[in-house]
Amino acid sequence: MSSFDLNVNGRLQRVESWDPEQPLLYALRNDLRLHGAKFGCGEGQCGACTVLLDDRPVRSCQLSVAAAAGKRITTIEGLGSPEKPHPVQAAFIAEQAAQCGYCTNGMVMSTVALLRARPRPSLDEAKAALNGNLCRCGSHDRVLRAVQRAAGNPPAGRS
Amino acid sequence: MNARLISRREFLQGSALVVGFSFAGISAAQAPGTRTLDLTEVDAFLAIRKDGSVVIYSGKVDLGTGHRIAMRQMVGEELSMSAAEVQRIELIEGDTALTPNQGPTAGSTGVMRGGVQLRQAAATARETLLALAAARLQRPAAELTLEAGMIGAAGGAKVSIAELAGERAFNVKLNPKAPLKDPQRYSIVGRSLPRPDLPEKATGRFLYVHDFTLPNMLHARVLRPAAVGAKLLEVDESSIRHIPGTRVIRIGNFLGVLAENEWAAVRAARELKVRWSDGTGLVGTDGVAGWARRGPFARDEVLMNKGDTAALAGGSAKALRATYFWPVQSHASMGPACAVADVQADRATIWSASQATHRYQPALARILGLTRESVRVIYLDGAGCYGMNGHDDAAADAALLAKAAGRPVRVQWSRADELGWDPKGPPQLLELRGALDANKRIAAWEAEMWVPLATANLAHVPLLGPADAGIAQPAGQSVGLISQNANPPYPTANLKVSAHWLADAPLRPSNIRAPGKVANCFAVESFVDQLAASVGIDALEFRLRDMTDPRGIEVLKRCAALIGWSAHASPAARQSGAKARGRGLAYIHYKHSETYAAVAMNVEVERATGAIRVLQIACAHDCGLMINPDAVRNQVEGNILQTLSRTLHERTTFDAQRVTSVSWASYPILRFGDVPELRIELVQRLGEPPLGAGEAASTPVPAALANAVFDATGAILTEVPFAPEMVRAAMKAGT
Repeated sequence: MSSFDLNVNGRLQRVESWDPEQPLLYALRNDLRLHGAKFGCGEGQCGACTVLLDDRPVRSCQLSVAAAAGKRITTIEGLGSPEKPHPVQAAFIAEQAAQCGYCTNGMVMSTVALLRARPRPSLDEAKAALNGNLCRCGSHDRVLRAVQRAAGNPPAGRS
Repeated sequence: MNARLISRREFLQGSALVVGFSFAGISAAQAPGTRTLDLTEVDAFLAIRKDGSVVIYSGKVDLGTGHRIAMRQMVGEELSMSAAEVQRIELIEGDTALTPNQGPTAGSTGVMRGGVQLRQAAATARETLLALAAARLQRPAAELTLEAGMIGAAGGAKVSIAELAGERAFNVKLNPKAPLKDPQRYSIVGRSLPRPDLPEKATGRFLYVHDFTLPNMLHARVLRPAAVGAKLLEVDESSIRHIPGTRVIRIGNFLGVLAENEWAAVRAARELKVRWSDGTGLVGTDGVAGWARRGPFARDEVLMNKGDTAALAGGSAKALRATYFWPVQSHASMGPACAVADVQADRATIWSASQATHRYQPALARILGLTRESVRVIYLDGAGCYGMNGHDDAAADAALLAKAAGRPVRVQWSRADELGWDPKGPPQLLELRGALDANKRIAAWEAEMWVPLATANLAHVPLLGPADAGIAQPAGQSVGLISQNANPPYPTANLKVSAHWLADAPLRPSNIRAPGKVANCFAVESFVDQLAASVGIDALEFRLRDMTDPRGIEVLKRCAALIGWSAHASPAARQSGAKARGRGLAYIHYKHSETYAAVAMNVEVERATGAIRVLQIACAHDCGLMINPDAVRNQVEGNILQTLSRTLHERTTFDAQRVTSVSWASYPILRFGDVPELRIELVQRLGEPPLGAGEAASTPVPAALANAVFDATGAILTEVPFAPEMVRAAMKAGT
């Protein structure tokens, strides 16, 4: 059993792991009870488990606790709360940009990262930034609206 | 709102630990085992707390579909509640101990059946409250009105519904004739109130079944056989001895690994050395169409027969025929199935994202050797399922393992488990024959389909775990009415629809969104375009000529206007250049009795590669009374984009042993880069009954796309998915 000091949402927390290769996702969900990041594939192909690592979006199912230790980790819970949502979260709520919401974590985290790098993305830039995030319910159009709303871009007129 | 959601979470967490608990101000009379679940009783659906707030008990559940807000609106409207009060309604869903059995949440019936039942219960409750108030206030009930939880006459004394019925049972039968509010006076129904679950979903606080835990819970993975029907020959438990806290459970051919730590369970499942026999043999992806023609068949059935279709056999110059094929597809849910079970000697509780907790309660009881009443199945949200995916199998897995382990167990499927083992949307082969008369009208129409008998709306889908464990189980979920909408929604005097029911299926089938109707509408509405083209008539005009249903005509016309329909006979005039553009449309009157939907699209086809790019999709949609228009729009968008994905990309592949499309790389779905512009118009019909929005709009998508590609290139697409090589081959055949 080894210990890893994880800096999560501005708090330093110690996690024990019998395997240093344990993906961060499991430590977040089970040890730290931060279940916002979701298990979707475990293969880095869907984006449901996205967290920010030093402000970059990463797949927490592909990052070991050992590699995450010492880095600044932000999860969706660290952005805001239902009472005080982050502007990106508020935009998703305002656009009702989810159905089942299982992929929403990844959508929100990827959008936050996109807007930090590019505050006023075009529609095509938003599509490109989210192309690695899968959604099965077909909420894509709403998610794109939420991105534009969060960026302060005028949303395309809904016909 | 948040306080309500937190109390839900506490309720869920607490329910596992406390027997005979009370929650949120509801007395012991409302506790499991003492509540009435009788569908003829108002108390089965509704309760009023001592503070006057309302609790709804719904057997149908929110699958990400907006059911949660729609149910509140339907009840809140009848009880004359404000929007803020509606948001504060507590909603208990799909808990077999607390909610009445309203049937599975399937077939797009959540609002149409489930909501309508709740609405009638609320209307009866209002009548009862008015009668109670009349007695209390000594005034005739007709003079009293209900508003903001208070009942009284104008200017007179008032009494609160809390005082009249708070924490007490109504003890009245649901009155199917209790008057409903006049739609012209609606103030809650018809508004796009926000969904109560989104603030928690957008901030990572929402509790999915995947997030639910119990004290002392073990994490489990199930090792499904290496091939379909394979027998478990040998397990080398020493192969995972290096992984701490693990344990192997084997029941017949059912094999699971348990661990204190989830990652240990994952690694144990990967590293456990197991020897399986070969499988029982599958026809393989490329063998499906041949198998469908060959059988063996259980029986043939004539589903519709009207007039005489002999015109097709005669030498009519305008008789056409075409064969359409829909492949096996996965529900491909974003989250692999998960369930948690706590099994004691005399009772069990199972948390599941099932669409049919009541349906599976007896199945789970049987496999655990318990009585139905001693098994409680509680719905928690999963990833969107769009039919029976792996959730019910995971529930059975968790139940079996928890019983064997003597501790609560959480089972989490892997991505490969879900894509490989979820029960699949069945393959469908259709042959259509049609003839036009001298007036270019449809003189005769025949549809013949080759489909698995298991899809004939039978309660059929067996659960994997008990099947592998050799434990008897009763029939489970129904797979839906797959044979509907194989006849055209346009008049014809001579019609025959028949089915060849195949005795078996290539892979275990279940219901997948709009069961059967996606493929049937693909065939019917593609074929209609071929008929129209054969006589040089514009596809929209061909459809509208003889339609009489004004609601159908309206959605077709509005949809055509939305897409900027160019009236011409397809294919469009030959275009020069590397890319060809075209437009197409398709229409459905769902089950010929429910929602109306027309879908049109503009596409671009790259000639050299056959790659399709969808530019815009328009939809006009009439599902009668819309309870929450934005929730309907969300469903329509989802129907369109998900079916675009199924049409462009999706086919479950399998060889003689097993499914081979078991990752997002081998089972690709639609990505953001593919997403076209959407133009949607929803028809609100306050005076009509509410119909379903969860399925209908999916069905015209494949034909609208095929027709647009035909318009652009002359290529006739008859098989899904429309992969570039398929389009290239069809273009070659069409020239």
